Amino acid sequence: MPERRLQAENLHLWRGDRHVLRGVRFCVNSGECLQITGGNGAGKTSLLRTLSGLMYPEEGTISWCGDNIRRDLAAFHADLAYIGHEPPLKPDLTAQENLHYWVGVRRKLSSHEMNQELSRLGADQWGDRPVRTLSAGQKRRVALAGLLLMAAPLWLLDEPTTNLDAEGQRLVGTLIEEHLARGGVAVAAIHHELTISAAFIRRLELSSK
Amino acid sequence: MSTSVIETNSTGTSALEAARLVLARDIRLALRKRGQLVQPLAFFAIVTTLFPLGISPELSRLRDVAPGVLWVAALLSSLLALEFLFRDDAQDGTLEQHVLSGQSLTWLLFAKTVAHWLLTGLPLAVMAPLAGLSLGVPASALTGIVVSVAIGSVGLSLIGSIGAALTLGVKRSGALLSLLTLPLSMPVLIFGARATELAIKGAGFAPPLYLLGALAVLGITLAPLAAAAAVRISLE
Repeated sequence: MPERRLQAENLHLWRGDRHVLRGVRFCVNSGECLQITGGNGAGKTSLLRTLSGLMYPEEGTISWCGDNIRRDLAAFHADLAYIGHEPPLKPDLTAQENLHYWVGVRRKLSSHEMNQELSRLGADQWGDRPVRTLSAGQKRRVALAGLLLMAAPLWLLDEPTTNLDAEGQRLVGTLIEEHLARGGVAVAAIHHELTISAAFIRRLELSSK
Repeated sequence: MSTSVIETNSTGTSALEAARLVLARDIRLALRKRGQLVQPLAFFAIVTTLFPLGISPELSRLRDVAPGVLWVAALLSSLLALEFLFRDDAQDGTLEQHVLSGQSLTWLLFAKTVAHWLLTGLPLAVMAPLAGLSLGVPASALTGIVVSVAIGSVGLSLIGSIGAALTLGVKRSGALLSLLTLPLSMPVLIFGARATELAIKGAGFAPPLYLLGALAVLGITLAPLAAAAAVRISLE
């Protein structure tokens, strides 16, 4: 199993005159999930966006497998799957079409693979319905199918269990555990504890001061 | 057990295939939201058909103003559709996913701009002869008009993509988008109107057409790079 490591060193991020991230540092290895907690406005989403390379910290470095992510951002992004607050789905396309275009841009995708993951997420019954007709929880399940299909070793998840019922939340825990068991790394900003084994978990609490 | 693999790039999509997917997706989406598709074309048709009522039914007078009317209408119609070029993708997180896809953002945005031209510029070029006829343009000039609008609208879409990307994070960006895009579009307007005028007079219209072509090539070379840089900044 290849050893992977996501490391942040002394991250400082300002948004206007607000010092959002103050010297954040952590290291998370293959088979580990970093749970980021903190109140509203503590900077959980900003940290995830900074880790993904979407935002530039004023100070500090982020490295993936020992290399600064800025040295080859495209290669880092090829290893990364990021799901934000809102699933990146087009309301006028069906769930299957959304996955075809979204994931297809990254990697070749067969319909068999897509249907298999949709079915795993319990989303196969509505795969051919326009996304605008789906509930928030159903959309989340489609987005999680996209996450699996991206087959990336690093997952950055912003509130992955939002809008999901209890069974859906357990499923997210199972998916993350399986990902970690395959040598993946996960970082999740959460409000509610993920249902995964404590052995996998590392924690980071952000202060909202 | 999931079939997901962690080794990436083994079945990675090529840049060309990724661009083709973005193009196909935008066209499919536009065909499902016909209102947005029809709006610039309806505007073009309304402006060009109302002008004869406002100026004079006299054909010789209409023929004189036809190049200006056709090109101002084409420019404003193209501008109408520009606001939607990146806005929906920015709001639903699709642009973020493009940035994080590991593909060249420049390529993906170029594909989106090509889709915009296919859905706005090309239909305008197809409609231009009808608008020309309503303005008293002789049938012999219609080929020149179609070609000049088709080439000129490539430049308009590319210039517009920079403005649309720069105004992504701005609320009610329509006015700012016009302010940014219109001055840059002046060369296209001038050479396009000149080509149309020469075509109406029956003279050779190749020189302004070459200049329109040169502007389109310059736009293809630089605009996607500038738009990609602007999108990255606005997503920060």
